[in-house]
Amino acid sequence: MTAPQRVSYRMESTLDSVNKAEEMAEQQAARAGLDEDTRSGFSMAVREAMINAVLHGNAYDTAKRVNLSFEQNGRELIVTINDEGRGFVPEEVPDPLAPENLLKESGRGIFLMRAFMDEVRFRKLEPGTEIILIKRLPGSDLDREEAST
Amino acid sequence: MSMKASNRQVDGITIVDLSGRITLGEGSVTLREAIKDLLGKGQKKILLNLGDVSYIDSSGIGELVSAFTSVRNQGGELKLLHLTKKVHDLLQITKLYTVFDVKDDEAAAIGAFSR
Repeated sequence: MTAPQRVSYRMESTLDSVNKAEEMAEQQAARAGLDEDTRSGFSMAVREAMINAVLHGNAYDTAKRVNLSFEQNGRELIVTINDEGRGFVPEEVPDPLAPENLLKESGRGIFLMRAFMDEVRFRKLEPGTEIILIKRLPGSDLDREEAST
Repeated sequence: MSMKASNRQVDGITIVDLSGRITLGEGSVTLREAIKDLLGKGQKKILLNLGDVSYIDSSGIGELVSAFTSVRNQGGELKLLHLTKKVHDLLQITKLYTVFDVKDDEAAAIGAFSR
């Protein structure tokens, strides 16, 4: 079994951080052996989680930081992103696929994270929110279990 | 890569050729300004050519929705042309593919606008 590998970054609440995180996600996904389509979805989910932290969480506040980490344990690629914002209740975010919400300009970020990741978890911090994104790696035990069910 | 937008006129329809990424920040703003500018000039039949748009995030999707509703609210029509697979898939999973009028052929798209 591969020893877990983890890298962490403390980033400013800027658009530049969102773009950098997306690039790093693409590199991490390539290193983990994900195919091009899966890589693209993975990096988009990370981008959306970063937008959530930088824009909706920290509201571009220069005094607040976003912590981003990637962990690869041989079975999964785990991304953890936390902000220092006011926090939110994920269950209260309206369903963007509901007919009355289809033409809304915002509110699709969490939906996209869930669409491209195997698992998305939220944890309330004091202050802020932590988002954990999990992508199972092809050929891992977890991936095989899922395929057989 | 930032986004670029250029306009051309064909049979009274404004075709906006977009290239790059429509994402939070510059790309979304460029699209918003392009639509605002066209509506300001009374050009309300708009075909957005997304053939060279490599990537759209949730903000870009929101901007496309905003463009669609802004044009429609002013009595115009907005259609999408030449979606890449990535953008096509994104509009499918967000259920917006059926909201937008999406075309694969420019001449057919021009012909589909009401006269």
